[in-house]
Amino acid sequence: MGPLACTVQATRSYGPVVALDGVSLDVPAGQLLGLLGPNGAGKTTLLQLLAGLRRPTSGTVQLFGGDPRDARRRCRLGCTPQDTGLPPTLRVKEVVDFVAGHFDHPVPTGELLEQFGLAGLERRQTGGLSGGQKRRLVVAVAFVGRPDLVLLDEPTTGLDVEARHALWDAVRVYHQGGGTVVLTSHYLEEVEALAERVVVIDRGRVRADGTLAEVRSLVPARRVRLRAPGLPELTGVERSNRDGDRHELWTADSDALVRQLVTSGVTFRDLEVARASLEDAFLALTSPGSQTRTITKETGR
Amino acid sequence: MTAPNTARLTGLHARYQFTETIRVPIAVIGTMLFPSLSLLFFVVPQPFANDPAAATTATAQLAVFAVMSVCLFNYGVGVAEDRALPWDSYLRTLPVGPSPRLTGRLVNGLAFIVLGLVPLVLIAWMLTAATLPPSRLALTIGALLTAGLPLFAGGISIGYSMSTKAALAVANSLLLPLAFAGGLFLPPETFPGWLNAISMCLPTRAGRDLVVTASTGVGLPGSTLLVLAGWIAITGSLAVWAYRRDEGRRFR
Repeated sequence: MGPLACTVQATRSYGPVVALDGVSLDVPAGQLLGLLGPNGAGKTTLLQLLAGLRRPTSGTVQLFGGDPRDARRRCRLGCTPQDTGLPPTLRVKEVVDFVAGHFDHPVPTGELLEQFGLAGLERRQTGGLSGGQKRRLVVAVAFVGRPDLVLLDEPTTGLDVEARHALWDAVRVYHQGGGTVVLTSHYLEEVEALAERVVVIDRGRVRADGTLAEVRSLVPARRVRLRAPGLPELTGVERSNRDGDRHELWTADSDALVRQLVTSGVTFRDLEVARASLEDAFLALTSPGSQTRTITKETGR
Repeated sequence: MTAPNTARLTGLHARYQFTETIRVPIAVIGTMLFPSLSLLFFVVPQPFANDPAAATTATAQLAVFAVMSVCLFNYGVGVAEDRALPWDSYLRTLPVGPSPRLTGRLVNGLAFIVLGLVPLVLIAWMLTAATLPPSRLALTIGALLTAGLPLFAGGISIGYSMSTKAALAVANSLLLPLAFAGGLFLPPETFPGWLNAISMCLPTRAGRDLVVTASTGVGLPGSTLLVLAGWIAITGSLAVWAYRRDEGRRFR
């Protein structure tokens, strides 16, 4: 089975600004893909290309084997509106019913509202919802048409922890039922919790594409933190940060590094050893001058 | 997409646009009631309300006004408002082409025109001597729709080419001058010569003359159809240009 969506060398410029620069990406069926990148990296533009909202300046974009700007290609697609854009005078149930009216076998509105913690708010006008309720509503409507592919742009921004976890559960349930998800997020924790595959985009280009473990392995596996007035020459340190007497060191072998520290006789305190996080990898990949670190790996299931 | 599906989606979009608009009643009531109230306050108490021809003419003029205010506000300002909302761009990710949305809007405007005309016609029928023989009904409706065409296309041009604020300002500054100079409030027979000369060139005057002729049977000035056709061509081209330009901007 071919990918549900793909871009081949997709480039998109806004006047002189190149938002996406030759991005090729496949979204295979059943995958939960996390799209990471700093603000302005091109994530939203990529989602807009996949949803048919914009056409690429060059290159091709396909959705379910055709042009996403053809309405028929979007029958199995679910997107989220921006929560600031809900028609304020329509009621919650009306918004869901309206979107559902575009699909052949929609999820019954009551069931959907129940699933997204909006039961009891059916008669409320969307203009009177709290920020968190609006956010849940816009994510919920992405699922109403029983789509095969869902594009979620920053789905949990502005939600409290509990609501965020509830939403993650809904995304997981959908994915376990065979659904495919492309998710962008500011929260690396969110991508770590949900995504099987991570694509890092920066300045319009794909910087890394692999499983969570693969992308994490792009930086040394361990992060060692300590406080010391100064550090001796240490071997095996691949990257380091210093802020006053605080040091952050990344290394493949933290045991050897700690042994070196102890035998060197340096006075250190507050030693911490942790597994390098996705955030460490993300920062390394998107820091200025990191273009050469680009990796791409074929992934699939 | 198959035809019945398009019809169903058009109905869906028309219904929701209607619901959205009617939920802000104050915005609608003004448009709907102004023509009827004008008839009630400025025509019904006058002696000419007992003259069938004069009363019918006054009703016809206000009917054109009702059509114009829906065109300028529902199509002009309404479209500009929708374009500003991110909701509009979300709708373009749904499996629906542009035509159900556009047709839905057209139907929605027509619904508000009917809502504005019903009280107007009822007041004219019950409280004045205005008459419309059944034989003239279809002709009058046709004349009203024709008179509405340049106003509709003008509204669409405003909606697709301007921001909400600009659209509101333009709609407001067009409404009353076009209505007065077009003879929708005062019969043009009372106009001085220079004003009448300007009036004859306006789309509202041409529309008014067409509807008055259709409903009362008075003679149609020779220039009316020409002026109307000219305005339909001008506003129609503007509307197509504005619509394409808007799509072009968003899809660039």
